[in-house]
Amino acid sequence: MKRLINQRPGRAMGGLLMLLPFVLVVVAYMAASMARLADNPDDKLLPSLMTMADSFARLATEPSRRTGEILLWADTAASLKRLLAGVAISMVAAIIIGTTTGLIPYLRRTLSPFIAALAMIPPLTILPILFIAFGVGELSKIMLIVFGILPFMMRDIQQRVEEIPDEQLVKAQTLGGSTWQILLRVTIPQTLPRLFDATRLALGAAWLFLIASEAIAAEQGLGYRIFLVRRYLDMQTIIPYVAWITLLAFSLDWSLRRLTAWLFPWYVAGRSA
Amino acid sequence: MKRPNRTRSTARRVAGAGLLAAMLALPGLASAQEKDSFRIAWSIYVGWMPWSYGDSAGIVDKWADRYDIEIDVVQINDYIESINLYTAGEFDGVTITNMDALAIPAASGVDTTLPIIGDFSNGNDGVVLKDTDELTDIEGQRVNLVELSVSHYLLARALESVGMSERDVTVVNTSDADIVGTFSTPDVTAAVTWNPQLSELRAMPEANVVFDSSDIPGEIIDTLALNTEVLEANPELGKALTGAWYEIMARMSGDDETGVDARTRMAEAAGTDLAGYEAQLASTQMFYDAADAVEFVTSDQPEATMDNVRQFAYDRGLLGATATSPDFVGIEFTDGSVLGSEDNVKLRFTSEYMEMAAEDTL
Repeated sequence: MKRLINQRPGRAMGGLLMLLPFVLVVVAYMAASMARLADNPDDKLLPSLMTMADSFARLATEPSRRTGEILLWADTAASLKRLLAGVAISMVAAIIIGTTTGLIPYLRRTLSPFIAALAMIPPLTILPILFIAFGVGELSKIMLIVFGILPFMMRDIQQRVEEIPDEQLVKAQTLGGSTWQILLRVTIPQTLPRLFDATRLALGAAWLFLIASEAIAAEQGLGYRIFLVRRYLDMQTIIPYVAWITLLAFSLDWSLRRLTAWLFPWYVAGRSA
Repeated sequence: MKRPNRTRSTARRVAGAGLLAAMLALPGLASAQEKDSFRIAWSIYVGWMPWSYGDSAGIVDKWADRYDIEIDVVQINDYIESINLYTAGEFDGVTITNMDALAIPAASGVDTTLPIIGDFSNGNDGVVLKDTDELTDIEGQRVNLVELSVSHYLLARALESVGMSERDVTVVNTSDADIVGTFSTPDVTAAVTWNPQLSELRAMPEANVVFDSSDIPGEIIDTLALNTEVLEANPELGKALTGAWYEIMARMSGDDETGVDARTRMAEAAGTDLAGYEAQLASTQMFYDAADAVEFVTSDQPEATMDNVRQFAYDRGLLGATATSPDFVGIEFTDGSVLGSEDNVKLRFTSEYMEMAAEDTL
């Protein structure tokens, strides 16, 4: 008798098991959709898969009647710009602030509790203040993402720096390294891959803040479109958009993972060991 | 031997559970059968607060009892969510404007009847500009508003009135909850919104209301919508609601203690005070008297308005991707005439119930 914890699915079985939840969801959706459509062929709540595919193709290829833009690409470009800008700013700030507060006790004493307190503020609650400070244009959207993810990325980097063994710092000093040199040659190289890990974890929250900011005031963007068409229950646009966002988020995460493996092979090797 | 077997049966069980879940998830597809319990959704707006009062003062229950049915009046925090829930079949009725009734349930194929015309906006919706009191200065500005809402419609009508079109401005979709906050920032100079937000904007020193719904009287109508199939199978629902509504109207319109008490309770439920609520009522053309509502709904006005509204809705794709012209959805008026497709009538004006109220036969 093999215990359950020792039983492993074979390759084919593993593939089937992986697909199973997806298939179940699609089947359940199709059943519900067909039932609703049989009752009311104009029902917008659960459109059929064909309707959604048509709708997605139209959004991705046909220029809009109102603006002449191809909506899906215009929205994707607008959203990705905001997201990447917010994430990039956060990465740069997190590595600078995180490594210095982690390494220099005076800075840590000054900033660390403040950052910890800052991280506790739910950014969405202070939106009106963000509006006043950064306007209601692109900047406030990017800043909302930064406010949302930077505090915990900074704290994560700071903790990683604090985990660097003292022996390394002592050794660097006996070799004559100044604080600046230790920061540049010891601390930053070791925490950079951690920054990529922290970013991957922050991406989910970054998307959330992006969509939230686009719900508040926008002319374009994936979140904007969803909130706009939600007004008239246009699920044949919303569901493909959600799938598209999921795909984008997955691709970003995957690219960051590949980038980490490519840039820091030593780090990835060390982790799996 | 045992392993694949067990996995397969587990898989089958999981699949069964999934299907069962799907069946259960099929929300109450509004049935046309006779029933005796109904749910009406309402959201906070000056013209719909009477439902809050009618519910808490027991007037709705009293009328429901008279017709031997049950009516549950449910407040939904988000207006659009309340419409979506109604459209999905979760509710038998909803408080809604004429434009949203066409663009959301009717365009989604949910046959909807408007038995009670409560009021029309007579200044409750407005276009606000900073540092100018000329509507024409709106040209080239970024205008913050809830896109595809009655505000958007009001802007379209305002621009039309000075020979401009939406191409002359940039529309920025801004949620109604954030419109006051964004308008207080320097880079927002133009907005379109409704009360109570409109009165907040109006109070800002540099703001001017340059166009409001009193310039297009009778075009933004607040109504109670009921699912046509449900109403036809259960006319007592329409009777009970209409009876309750005009009893509430009679109470709230009075200057006596009852009237003041009713308005105060509506004000509190709306998150304002008596003075604030009465200011909003002043820019709302309430039909306190059923006969006035009957006169309005049987006039030529609804047809002219709905023709504007359906054109607006079609131009912005609100009638759905399959609509090839504004005629796609048919709208029926009290004289039986139909605007648009006779084969796809999904929105119906009626004076039947309000007439009964006016003749006191409920």
